[in-house]
Parts: sequence; structure tokens; C-alpha cells
Amino acid sequence: MQALNTQSTTYNDGVIRQFSIMAVVWGVVGMLVGVIIAAQLVWPELNLGLPWTSFGRLRPLHTNAVIFAFGGCTLFATSYYVVQRTCHTTLFLPQLAKFTFWGWQAVILAAAISLPLGFTQGKEYAELEWPIDILITLVWVAYAVVFFGTIGTRKVKHIYVANWFFGAFIITVALLHIVNSAAMPASMMKSYSAYAGVQDAMVQWWYGHNAVGFFLTAGFLGIMYYFVPKQAERPVYSYSLSIVHFWALIFTYMWAGPHHLHYTALPDWTQSLGMAFSLILLAPSWGGMINGMMTLSGAWHKLRTDPILRFMIVSLSFYGMSTFEGPMMAIKTVNSLSHYTDWTVGHVHSGALGWVGLVSMGAIYYMIPRLFGQKQMHSMKAIELHFWLATVGIVLYIAALWIAGVMEGLMWRAINTDGTLTYTFVESVKAKYPYYIIRLLGGLLYLSGMIIMLWNVLKTATSGKAAVATIPPVAAHA
Amino acid sequence: MSDFTSSFWPIFITVISLAGVLGCALLLWVTSKIKASSPNGDNTNGHVWDETLREMNNPLPRWWVWMFIITIVFSLFYFAAYPSLATYEGKLGWTQVGQYEQEMATANKTIAPLYAKFAAMPAEELANNVEARAIGERLFMNNCALCHGSDAHGSKGFPNLTDHDWIYGGSPESIQQTITNGRIGMMPPMAAAVGTEDDVKNVANYVLSLSGSNHDAARAELGKEKFAICAACHGADGKGNQAIGALNLTDDIWLHGAGEAAIIKHINNGINNQMPAQETKFSPEQIHVLSAYVWGLSNNAATSNVAQETTQ
Repeated sequence: MQALNTQSTTYNDGVIRQFSIMAVVWGVVGMLVGVIIAAQLVWPELNLGLPWTSFGRLRPLHTNAVIFAFGGCTLFATSYYVVQRTCHTTLFLPQLAKFTFWGWQAVILAAAISLPLGFTQGKEYAELEWPIDILITLVWVAYAVVFFGTIGTRKVKHIYVANWFFGAFIITVALLHIVNSAAMPASMMKSYSAYAGVQDAMVQWWYGHNAVGFFLTAGFLGIMYYFVPKQAERPVYSYSLSIVHFWALIFTYMWAGPHHLHYTALPDWTQSLGMAFSLILLAPSWGGMINGMMTLSGAWHKLRTDPILRFMIVSLSFYGMSTFEGPMMAIKTVNSLSHYTDWTVGHVHSGALGWVGLVSMGAIYYMIPRLFGQKQMHSMKAIELHFWLATVGIVLYIAALWIAGVMEGLMWRAINTDGTLTYTFVESVKAKYPYYIIRLLGGLLYLSGMIIMLWNVLKTATSGKAAVATIPPVAAHA
Repeated sequence: MSDFTSSFWPIFITVISLAGVLGCALLLWVTSKIKASSPNGDNTNGHVWDETLREMNNPLPRWWVWMFIITIVFSLFYFAAYPSLATYEGKLGWTQVGQYEQEMATANKTIAPLYAKFAAMPAEELANNVEARAIGERLFMNNCALCHGSDAHGSKGFPNLTDHDWIYGGSPESIQQTITNGRIGMMPPMAAAVGTEDDVKNVANYVLSLSGSNHDAARAELGKEKFAICAACHGADGKGNQAIGALNLTDDIWLHGAGEAAIIKHINNGINNQMPAQETKFSPEQIHVLSAYVWGLSNNAATSNVAQETTQ
């Protein structure tokens, strides 16, 4: 049957080219909005006094653009790339794969229009209103059919570890999205959550934490498990480690949401469960870091000459750091200091800029020349420059917000002997001012690296042409 | 605990929580027992994908296994010590409400003697007590300044506390009552009672004339008669009524905006304004200190200069 393309001798890379280019474009857009709102925190006048450009509306635009547009397009591109090559077959239902591209771009455009206009469900990372939610659901189901259909028509017996992670990510995000977005529409662009009170908050943070766990962790671990061994030209360090940490990770993440609601109306027992499972989550998270890092044993020297590999390994370092910081911040005592401060924002960005951003860039730098029939990227020097701009940017960003966050946390809890608070809230805002400038500088560096990447990717794409990759024969098992 | 509608859920939560933690341990144990085979003798498991992708049979790093075990064991102890398994309250008897109440009780005990001293002093005296004024200022900055401003000059809808224009009275007792119970200011929409659009405009001009503000004298003259409706609350002379919080219209202080347009709007739509009650936030002694501080803003020698400047 031609429609199913089971007889195809070449990979279906057209949709991957589209997703890869758009990942970089949306990356620039999303990070630019991030820089704008970071500047608004320093100079509030940049809100321009207009509702559409105010911080409250641009902030969800930034998070949606970087997570779902940049991160989402990267995940579509890499998962389609990886699943074909590790199954030795072409994509299942190519027309449906095309639909996922155009459908996902439509979701992004709808978000880019509706969020500045003020349409929101008011749930963090799930702001989009119900008609857009329905479109997301349709695209996601199509994505699942394409992905699992490809797995189902694979030519090799064993399913490669990267596909476990992509598979878990696709199934869980579907579940999270449908449950958390359940709402009663009141009009075309207004709806009310299906849940009330603290249950609503718990469902939201079950979603919110697992959006991090599955969209931004499991999905990107799938990327790591293919592109790190490929780029390092080394086998994955430990098969058994990948089994344990996969199952432990996807199981444990599900429980950790309540740590977003410490010292709230959430019952004590729920908070405690969330905290305990957050601590257990440390080892499963680190399993992925170890497996990625140790894959380099015997190939460490490559880091000196290969900036793409460096993107991936530094990414794993930030992954290890933020997955240590996360369980630590989930401890009630630590959380009572860190909660509601910029420390949380810094923590998220060490994961987002460091882990998600860098591993995506590494994977895209790996794919682009291969997708456009080039030996390598247009400029390796530009990749080198991008690496340093990004790394220095991240360090400035998170160090500034560590200081700002811990400082404001301490200022908020400082109490005089007469029982009054030592500092007013506005004093803590004022004290953060210099750190907000450093944070803006870090963000600017990170954005400028991304712009260089866009130039490099477009140069590589336009100087090459769509390459046709032949499916290699399945290696004979001994 | 009233979190549950039936006795099934606590059992369910306890079972899946413990099974979850122990399941992690079991997973670790089972995987560590798996004997890796290497059919090619190259320490890989023999699978190859995409020409070069292979996986090695290296064992789980020991330190990592121990880290995993420690977190699992810690969790079990934590479950035993803290409220964690649904209705189980934990050996330590900790609750977040308990922690809060204990911290507050300790703090209140520490500060009690200080406030007992102040409670015995009249507000007028407290307003001149350096220590009490410093405390009052800190309370003000963290709780009142959000609306009334760091300089207590207020803004539209939020009264200036440094002038002598008091809506509900400026005695320390009145201020204390305002802080404790809050105030709800309400002027009903009066357009229907006043009459036509033209009548409303005339009354607005009469109101402006009361304070000598810019107004149309002819219209003010026409509006004078209709002002009788307003006089019910604001008084025949327009000087307001502190007993019901009716604003003084003669002092050229415009809490909700100055000028003809603003006044017409308020006659047409009425006004709802609220100062929230603070009694659950502070002890009566703290409110006493805070009231004295607020009273002092317009009555103290130290601050009266500021007050005079404001009221011209």
C-alpha cells in the first residue's frame, strides 16, 4: 500500500526540514519576547502603557513560544528524524505528518494572536483558550498516530531507547493536556475550568510539573539518547541504567506536582507526598545525565574540537544541575525561602536555557547539514561563537537570579524585635534592580547566539538542497 | 481530616504511595539482578540501530544506586514522621497550621511586654514616642502604604492621611475603628432623583461652587435647588457627615477626581469604595500603635509641616 509507504526506500525528511527551520525561527521569536519582558522588569515604561504589550500578556507569550513553539518544533523534528532512523523505515501516514506541521504552526499563530489580546484560561503553561486546545488535541493525536505507527512498522526487532522517551512524552502530554484543559466554554474565547478551588490548583500543578517532566525532560532525553551517541560516535554507556532510569523517571514525575503548592490550602499529606517523591526523583533524573556523559568515555578529546558535542555535554551538565536543584527546592524548608522568588525563575531557566536550549541546538546543528545535503554547517566558527554566547548568557542569567531570589526571600522573612517586617515589599524589588540588569544582559547574549544560529541555518539550507536519505539495511544480529 | 468522602480513599492513597516507593526499590533490585549478555563479546548488548547506535552492558554506577536507595529510605522515614499517607497524622504531629500558630505564639509572647507598655499610653502620647512611632511607621509601610502611599498622601480613591480632611473623623478613636473594622463608602447613583441630564450638570456646577472651584455660575444657581437631594447626606452646607462617611464638598479636596465631568459621573453612577478591615491581621495593641501613628501624621509637631503644605 503506497499510502502507508511501508515499501519506501528513503526517509521522509520534508516535514523534518520544515520543523527544524521553524524551531530556530520560533526560538529567536520566543527568546526576543523573553528579552523584552526582562527589559520591562528593569524599565517598566517599556510596557508602553498598552494592554497588548504589558508584561502580564507578553510573559505567557514568551513561555508558550519557547516551550511549545521552539521546544515543540524541535521535538517534532527530532522525534520524526530519530524514529525513522532507529526503526529503519519511513514515517507512517506521511499526509498526517504534514498535518502535524501545519496544525502545530496554526496553534502557534493562534497563541501569538490570542495571548496579547488577553484571551487566557489563566493556567500557567496552559493559557490557550478552548478552541486552540481542541486544535492542539487533534494535532497531538495525529502526532501519536504517526509516531507509534512508525514504531509499529519498524524493520528492527528492538525499540531504541530514544523512542521509549519520545513515546512516553507523546502519551503523557496528551493525558496532561486533556485533563488540565478540561473546561466549560462560556463563549468562543472564554471558558471556565472543570475543577474548583484547591483541586483546580492541584490539577494545574500536576500538569505544570509534568509538562516540565515529560515535554521538557522525557522528550529531550529522547533527543539526547540519539544525538549524543551519534555525535560522539560512541555506544550508549549502560543499557540497564537506561531501563531503570526510564521507568523510575516516568513513574516518579507523576507524583511531584504538589511541591509547587507547599504551604498553601493543599492538605499537608499531599504536600508531604509530593516532597518525598520529588527527592526520589533525583536519582532517576541523574540516570539520564550519567548515561549521556559517560557515553563520552573514550571520546572526551572530541570536546576540544567539536562545538556541537560541546553543546550536548554542557546541556547535560545543566540538566544535572537543575535536576539536583529541583528536588532541593521541593524540600518544604528550602521552599519556604525560595517559593515566589526569582530563584524559581532562575531554576526554570537553568533547565530551559541550559538543558532544553543547548541540547536542541546541538541536535539541530547535527540534523541541518544532513537534511540539506551538506557536509557540515555553513560556519563552524559561528557555532563556536554561539556556544560561548549561550553559555556565558546562561551563567549570567542564573547567577543573577540566584542572588536576587535568595536575597528577596531573606528580605521577605526578616523580622524586627517588635514583630514588624524589616523590609517593605518595594524595598526587595528595589534591591533586585542590578540583578535584573545582569539577567537582561544574560538573556541578550543567549538571544544573540540564537540569531547567529538562524543565520547559520539559513545559509546552510540555502546553499544546499533537500537531501534524499536512503534507508540503510538493518544490521545483522550476531 | 475532612479531605475524604469515604474510607476508601485513605486506604487507596496509602497503598499506592507505599507501593510506589517500594516499586522503585523493586525496580532497582530486579534490574541489578539482570545478567547482561554480550553476543559480540564487545560489552554491548548486540543490538544495532541506524548503522552505528549500540548500547553497552555497563552496570549501574554504585554511587548512583546508593543515592537512589538513600532517597527511598528517607521517604519511608519521612512518611512515618509527617502527615503523608492520607489520614495518617505522622509521629511528629506536625501540621502547617500548627507550625504557623506556634511561630505566631512565640513571636506574640516576645513582643507582648513591648505592646503592653504602649497599650497603657494614650494615642496622643504614643504619637510623640519615638519608639512607638518607628513601629507604627513600619506597620504602615508594610500594610497601609500599598494603597495610601509611602508618604501617606494617598491617591485617587485612597484618602490622603496627612491633611485634616477626615471622612469618618480624625480622632485617634475614630482612626482605630476605621483600621479595625474597615469602612465601606457608598454613594448611590442619584441621576434619577436629580432629574434630567441638564439638572445633573447644574447640580454638579453648584457642587463646584461650594469650594470656589471653576464653575458656571448660572448653572450653579439653577442647580442649587436640586442640591437639596444631596444635602440629605452631604448636609445643606455641603460640609459632609462623618457619621456616615459623606464627603465634605466644600474643601476643594476631590477623593474621586476633580472637575465637572468627574462629579457628573459620580452623580450618575454613584461610588463604591472600601477600606478592608484589619482586625484579623493585627492585635488590638498593634492597631492602637498604628492609629496613633496615623493620627500623628496630621497632628504631630514633627509632621505638621508636611500636613500644612498638603492642605495649603
